[in-house]
Amino acid sequence: MSNDTATEQSALPAAKGRTPLWKKLLKDPQSSIAGGVIFIIVLLGVLAPWITGHGPNTVRLESINSPFNSPGYPLGTDQYGRDIWSRLLHSINTSSITAVISTTIAIGIGSVFGLVGGYFDRLRGITEWVFALIMTFPGMLVLILLLPITGGDFRITMAIFGVMLSPGIYRIVRNQVVGVKSELYIDAARVSGVSTIRILVRHVFSAVRGPVIIAAAFMAGSAISIQAGLAFLGVGSKETPSFGAMINDGFRNLYIDPLQYIWPSLLLGIINAALVLFGNALRDAMQGAQPKPAKIGQKVDAKAGAAGQNKISTVGKPSGNEGVPFLEVTDLVIAYPRPDGSLNDVVHGVNLRIEAAETLGLVGESGSGKTQTAFAILGVLPPEAVVRSGSIRVGGRELIGMTETDLRRIRGKQIAYIPQEPMSNLDPVYTVGAQLVEGIRAATGVSARAAKERALSLLARVGIPEPIRTFGAYPHQISGGMAQRVLIAGAVASNPKLLIADEPTTALDVTVQAEILDLLRDLQEELGMAVLLVTHNFGVVADICSRISVMHGGQIVETGDVFDVFREPQHEYTQKLLNAILDETSHRKDPPVETLELAGGAKR
Amino acid sequence: MLSFALRRIGVGLVLTLVMTFITFWLLSFSFESIVSSRLGQAATPESIAAVKVQLGFDRPLMVQYGEWLWNVLHGDFGVSLFTQEPVSGAVFARLGVTLSVVLPALIISTLSAVVLGVFAASRAGAADKITQGIMLVGHFVPGLLVAIALVVVFAVNLGWLPATGFTPFSEDPGLWLASVVIPVTVLSIGGAANIASQVRGSMIDELRKDYVRTLRTRGIPTNSIILRHALRNSAGPALTVFSLEFLAMFGSALIIEQVFALPGFGTFSFNSALIGDIPVIMGLAVFGTLMTITVNLLADLGIGWLNPKARVY
Amino acid sequence: MTALLDVRDLRVTYQGRGLRRRSYEVLHGISLAIGRGETLGVVGESGSGKSTIGRAVLGLVKPRGGTIHFDGRDVTHADAATRRALAKDLQVIFQDPYSSLSPSLTVGDILSEPLIVQGASRHDARRRVQELLDQVGLPRDAADRIPREFSGGQRQRVAIARALAPEPRLIVCDEPVSALDLSTQARVLELLIDIQRRTGVSYLFVSHDLAVVRHISHRVSVVYRGDIVETGAAEVVTRAPEHPYTQQLLLAAPVADPVTQQKRRAERKLFRAQHG
Repeated sequence: MSNDTATEQSALPAAKGRTPLWKKLLKDPQSSIAGGVIFIIVLLGVLAPWITGHGPNTVRLESINSPFNSPGYPLGTDQYGRDIWSRLLHSINTSSITAVISTTIAIGIGSVFGLVGGYFDRLRGITEWVFALIMTFPGMLVLILLLPITGGDFRITMAIFGVMLSPGIYRIVRNQVVGVKSELYIDAARVSGVSTIRILVRHVFSAVRGPVIIAAAFMAGSAISIQAGLAFLGVGSKETPSFGAMINDGFRNLYIDPLQYIWPSLLLGIINAALVLFGNALRDAMQGAQPKPAKIGQKVDAKAGAAGQNKISTVGKPSGNEGVPFLEVTDLVIAYPRPDGSLNDVVHGVNLRIEAAETLGLVGESGSGKTQTAFAILGVLPPEAVVRSGSIRVGGRELIGMTETDLRRIRGKQIAYIPQEPMSNLDPVYTVGAQLVEGIRAATGVSARAAKERALSLLARVGIPEPIRTFGAYPHQISGGMAQRVLIAGAVASNPKLLIADEPTTALDVTVQAEILDLLRDLQEELGMAVLLVTHNFGVVADICSRISVMHGGQIVETGDVFDVFREPQHEYTQKLLNAILDETSHRKDPPVETLELAGGAKR
Repeated sequence: MLSFALRRIGVGLVLTLVMTFITFWLLSFSFESIVSSRLGQAATPESIAAVKVQLGFDRPLMVQYGEWLWNVLHGDFGVSLFTQEPVSGAVFARLGVTLSVVLPALIISTLSAVVLGVFAASRAGAADKITQGIMLVGHFVPGLLVAIALVVVFAVNLGWLPATGFTPFSEDPGLWLASVVIPVTVLSIGGAANIASQVRGSMIDELRKDYVRTLRTRGIPTNSIILRHALRNSAGPALTVFSLEFLAMFGSALIIEQVFALPGFGTFSFNSALIGDIPVIMGLAVFGTLMTITVNLLADLGIGWLNPKARVY
Repeated sequence: MTALLDVRDLRVTYQGRGLRRRSYEVLHGISLAIGRGETLGVVGESGSGKSTIGRAVLGLVKPRGGTIHFDGRDVTHADAATRRALAKDLQVIFQDPYSSLSPSLTVGDILSEPLIVQGASRHDARRRVQELLDQVGLPRDAADRIPREFSGGQRQRVAIARALAPEPRLIVCDEPVSALDLSTQARVLELLIDIQRRTGVSYLFVSHDLAVVRHISHRVSVVYRGDIVETGAAEVVTRAPEHPYTQQLLLAAPVADPVTQQKRRAERKLFRAQHG
């Protein structure tokens, strides 16, 4: 849902400033520190010949196992008298080359075939098969098997490892391309006469780039680990200084001088940690912050609830003489945190009341806060939302500040909900019947068999032709209109006193919409429930509602009897909206440039 | 579903055929060095040629492969070039050792990953911080380093556990436990980190979906929403990671078994590959491929069982 | 004089997925024609095949039967080169202004791409982009922004500008206002009508909304399950239709007036009673 309240069309939002990626990375401490560590380590490796006093393989038998900080050997020497500092720095180069070779080859092969396999459906069968084959190879074992061919050169070994990593990149690119390919902007480019190659490079690859770069950061880490593992096992040339070889040497010398083991392990650990942290920061910078977990049904800020209750004592009393309405919302303020942590109000003091058994239409354009208001009444606002003040009373009970457990006793029994999008609101892994039974049992506590009987009779009541078959069907096996009937059945299962319907017919065809509206009207009369109908469609309001509240910019600008508001809208925003409706009388009057005489050509 | 499984098994068999042929072809490059290492110091060009004829390496590649395949189809995987041990028996003996490390590690990492992932995604706050910390350590510290660190602390310094070696469960369950506890811990840390980050990620996505909100409005208890609905929906992707992790653990076993001197699958593969024991390597290739295919097939069937919409059959 | 677009007996089949690969026909031989500067509205419900008509005309799906003539030329099975040349005359505006613009390109790049592939120089393209932005009522500095920075209505204006870029003669509009708010919807429709009056472009206007179609179309065709059941002058088809399906469609659409809607509901009940 968008919290954008701007309705003026000509004005552009103030330039948000697309910060370039490198600036974002520099500003974020995690990426700048991790990136800085990687940079310094690589630099040390490059400068190794100039900042070390000995060659990495120079054996000095007279200075075996020199301790830390010996003259000429800042980190001492190993059991062959080789300079540990020098070996450490040269090992960095081995790791850098490893990372570069493996990731370059993996990205090269994976991206090209991913683009081809993703874009051309006919070739995908072949590429899938080949990359599945590559993935089946047990990596390490193959690298060892190929020793006679590679001659122990770690560069060739890591090039082969790059091939073995390529399925990872292939899958990322292929998935992205398949997703992007069905986007309308690719169709638009094709219609504009853009060639396939240009589409692949300009439109598709630009969308794929991000995930590939992120994966490369992690792959570099795993290539370095694998190389170290192989060297630890003693695979490859003994002449190449590397962390793995050093760890192995240190491991064997563990009882004499544990420090010899610590140095390479520490540096290898730091490099890997820096790569993982940098990769994570890169992902956040390129794809936006990852969704954070949140405790569901967090209790709304107790202070806000208290503030709201204070208001009730003043505002709530006078309205008492008119009789208590079933639902009364007073001065409701809902806010969302901005990126900088301050709060941005999206609903500014909404007041609503619904008497028992009446239907109120809550109308507004997108971003007006109508859905937020409905969610607040149900107590299912997204976890980051904050109810800043106000009160929501249902049947005389205050809902703000109520615990999730107490709210649960009210939801399902007293208040029920019908969503907009029928399909995404059913759990795909359970049958329709199982979901209905679970809801009925949660609300009424009846036996499983009684719940099943009730579910079947409800399905029949909401106009489903074969209730038993639908009961056993999974959500993806029924149509959108049927799914919406199932959701209505679930909502009215426990004879609620208030039904909140959020755009219940927006996702449906007009003919289905008319049937669903008829069903809602019948059920409302039959069960005597109050209905809060959230919609943007004035036709729907005119069809089913007895009163209407118009919402704009987080506030209710006008409330009244449906007949009055449509005839004589008071607020200028309501007038504007009603004028924008393309009514029955406004049809195209100016003639076309050319009138077709052969209009009969359209006869079938 | 049966036809799907049969089709996959068919494809798998073809894949096995291709894999073994490629392995055989790659091995053919090193026939020369295998023979000379077998002969050791005594190698002369004449003796090498003679042994090549004796082992049949002089014949065309297809003929050699065909012969191997024919024997395999009759249940004969041959004998080791070096120890004369029958290949199938040797592979299964080593497998037992590896499985006694990998299976406990897999169970421990999966259980802890699910608990951690679910807690992190549904409780947020401290639970999430702890999980992310564990995940970070599991991701960025190479298993090799963890293994050696644990050996240094528990075996060398404290002397609580044996540093190396393996006791079969059938001989002495207590000693078996002592000999596998460090390797299992090492494998579990890495595995738990990978599976937990998948579970956490897909649980977070799942809990934000529309149907979760609708379930809440029906008065369904939070625990039921988390465990019955969200967890089952996110189990599919987690199962994929689980199957990858199972296979990856066999790869990690290569190094872990070296560090702890466990006579398992990894050590066996490594030694056979180094000396070029062709029948053993081929036997390992068949076994490795079949295992991969089986695990992937089971994962796909499991995903379909969990989520009817994802059923590919 | 021939029609600008002449579609005859168009059949389109979609290949089913999965094991059995059953294919199903979505258009069972439909015919329609559009004149120069004319808007033909195509109305139908979801799954009726109305969008497929537009996609077939654009070459995004391959017809299995029938012919499509554009300006007298047969383009039913046009090859890639012909299609590229045709792109100058034939453009599209899609429903969803969010996914129809490349998220990583600037508006300037999006608008100049069709011009550059048609062989325009970079300089000319840039000047034309400014003209286009003026034409659709967007500020000139919009060229340096990326789509994410615009609201839905503004994005749809960018999509309209892109379609206008090569000065086409026919634009396929696939539900171009369905994703927009009420007040924005009316303004975008006015813009489309205004452009048509000025440039004489023709529209194939696909929509599920009778009110929208009535507002912009000269003639209307009604699609039902892959067939055109009724074609005629917009006023007639959208107010006093002949075919029972169109009548049902009209009666199902709620009127934004409680008094009229009460009457319509009664009529619909009567209609249902008569037609079962």
